[in-house]
Amino acid sequence: MGKGESELELGLGLSLGGGTAAKIGKSGGGGAWGERGRLLTAKDFPSVGSKRAADSASHAGASPPRSSSQVVGWPPIGSHRMNSLVNNQATKSAREEEEAGKKIVKDDEPKDVTKKVNGKVPVGFIKVNMDGVAIGRKVDLSAHSSYENLSQTLEDMFFRTNPGTIGLTSQFTKPLRLLDGSSEFVLTYEDKEGDWMLVGDVPWRMFITSVKRLRVMKTSEANGLAARNQEPNERQRKQPV
Amino acid sequence: MNYFPDEVIEHVFDFVTSHKDRNAISLVCKSWYKIERFSRQKVFIGNCYAINPERLLRRFPCLKSLTLKGKPHFADFNLVPHEWGGFVLPWIEALARSRVGLEELRLKRMVVTDESLELLSRSFVNFKSLVLVSCEGFTTDGLASIAANCRHLRDLDLQENEIDDHRGQWLSCFPDTCTTLVTLNFACLEGETNLVALERLVARSPNLKSLKLNRAVPLDALARLMACAPQIVDLGVGSYENDPDSESYMKLKAAIKKCTSLRSLSGFLEAAPHCLSAFHPICHNLTSLNLSYAAEIHGSHLIKLIQHCKKLQRLWILDSIGDKGLEVVASTCKELQELRVFPSDLLGGGNTAVTEEGLVAISAGCPKLHSILYFCQQMTNAALVTVAKNCPNFIRFRLCILEPNKPDHVTSQPLDEGFGAIVKACKSLRRLSHSGLLTDQVFLYIGMYANQLEMLSIAFAGDTDKGMLYVLNGCKKMKKLEIRDSPFGDTALLADVSKYETMRSLWMSSCEVTLSGCKRLAQKAPWLNVEIINENDNNRMEENGHEGRQKVDKMYLYRTVVGTRMDAPPFVWIL
Repeated sequence: MGKGESELELGLGLSLGGGTAAKIGKSGGGGAWGERGRLLTAKDFPSVGSKRAADSASHAGASPPRSSSQVVGWPPIGSHRMNSLVNNQATKSAREEEEAGKKIVKDDEPKDVTKKVNGKVPVGFIKVNMDGVAIGRKVDLSAHSSYENLSQTLEDMFFRTNPGTIGLTSQFTKPLRLLDGSSEFVLTYEDKEGDWMLVGDVPWRMFITSVKRLRVMKTSEANGLAARNQEPNERQRKQPV
Repeated sequence: MNYFPDEVIEHVFDFVTSHKDRNAISLVCKSWYKIERFSRQKVFIGNCYAINPERLLRRFPCLKSLTLKGKPHFADFNLVPHEWGGFVLPWIEALARSRVGLEELRLKRMVVTDESLELLSRSFVNFKSLVLVSCEGFTTDGLASIAANCRHLRDLDLQENEIDDHRGQWLSCFPDTCTTLVTLNFACLEGETNLVALERLVARSPNLKSLKLNRAVPLDALARLMACAPQIVDLGVGSYENDPDSESYMKLKAAIKKCTSLRSLSGFLEAAPHCLSAFHPICHNLTSLNLSYAAEIHGSHLIKLIQHCKKLQRLWILDSIGDKGLEVVASTCKELQELRVFPSDLLGGGNTAVTEEGLVAISAGCPKLHSILYFCQQMTNAALVTVAKNCPNFIRFRLCILEPNKPDHVTSQPLDEGFGAIVKACKSLRRLSHSGLLTDQVFLYIGMYANQLEMLSIAFAGDTDKGMLYVLNGCKKMKKLEIRDSPFGDTALLADVSKYETMRSLWMSSCEVTLSGCKRLAQKAPWLNVEIINENDNNRMEENGHEGRQKVDKMYLYRTVVGTRMDAPPFVWIL
């Protein structure tokens, strides 16, 4: 993009379809693509028709076969209907699995989780709100395979250092780790029963079948939020403001 | 020019209600323009950024009913970022300031806030009707304001909105004096419902004709509601799970038998299919049936229900009905005008999905069919040719083959000929969505034959700019063109700039248009807003000589008389 070297950092690993990686602003830090993952879009998958093949950059690892549920915004079903559809399928699969007596996949088998996520339980878009940011966003959970992925996407969504972006980006100069409790913000979610929990305590697959929406909450406010395996009467129900 | 006094002409104009006709009337002469604008009560604005509220009110000071549409259609599929725009608050503020006697407001794909609902509820004494379709940004607190403050509320119709449910008591905010409700639709609310407040409200609303419940309303409550509203015409069932031997179910069956005016049935958001037989006694009166959210109703229960619905004109269903089920529809529902078949399983070909055979059966059995939306796994040219022969009266034809670029599954050919047959036979076709493997040839056919086409949705289709050019040159009545993932670029975009003045909007995403192409277009057409939406990049496109060739991810352009909008977020760049 013809800028000074000091301002530009090219990403390694997973590359974008054409063009360079995210620009690092003058305040430095945050949002470096580096070797981390990022939100996949339809551009990442090999085009079906040969006419578009030249546009797709090569990407690390084997590309999954393109099915209709992996292309952004396809099939063209309204999001309200789509959410209802995936909720039905998720509860149906969960019910079927319970009946079959299968065990829940643990987090130390990431490959299998990915396969199962992409092959069995589509989740769809869910809302994400952040404290202090007026307008919420949406994230496609089925495009993620782990908490790290998701956290990275959310960091990029809310903490880009691009001046003029909605939110409080100018205040943060280093990448935020939403999952390990070391930063000012934590990631929480509302489950199907209406309880708010910290993200990361349950296996990824269990999380995606029970999450209804996400909230990036100030750590100070998150005290008292339970991990899932606590007793119900120890949980403190918090409604988002 | 005028041989009659103005009052007589105005009286004649009162009989002219369609927007198109009234717009035409106002173009006849200055005198008619003047009479028309002072008598116009209903205004339809297809793109809220094409005009602003001040100009609207200057022209139509006697406005009573306003329809506004915000985001482009592809926003339904998450292709438009949430903060893009379409805010209704400035409109409501302007209407409130002008003291116009607003009675009806219909919004589609707009951002509505609790603040705007509160302002709306307090500003218009005669406000009667609120219809929100695919809107977002508000909570049940906003609904509480409407309930509490609109003394003559007739319609509260919430269709597929994203509403933050605070599980509050909005239903109990309707004062006891409110007895004027005709429509109450809250099916899209996800939270709990105050059943006592709901039953009291329904009991004191003798004019209630349309009631659509959310999933939190259980079957026993349904039974009580139907018992106090036997005049109901349009019913959306919430939750429908119960024991067929229970007392509630008996009460429900009795109540249903009394609902002799019931014509439209929907919902069944959670359902026990074996209880459907309770509705069989009134099925012969039904003209509209929407089971597209009823994932648990399929197989023989579904078929049995449909076999009772001989007068059906509109059917929305899931593809779990299968080709065999569609054959039953074809032999039973001879009055069918509109059919929508939605996918029930996105994970890949279940054997319950529908194919081209179901579509052919419907076209053969239902001579009055004019609108179809059909999601399927496969299609053939032969089937489409047959459908075109059977049903030359299509107004809306939308076919979605779930796998992009899929050819005719028998001949492996593109589906150009099949869609070509459709546009050639259906001379009244106004809306078309196609899918599957398609080359430039299909666009040649569309440009040649689709003379009445107003809206065209293109995805993963075409080979070169010629495709898009055929459409732009041929379809004289084109209003909305939306294209994604197709190889159309600057040549097509810039070929005839004046064409866009006759269209409402053009959307192109993941195509071949470049930034410099869009800039050139914006220069040539200052009466267009050309928006570039770049969510993931950093809008640094303007710096650098090479960026001109950089492809634009999403472009949305529309004609406007009020220039660049001021409320665009940072990732939207208006050229």
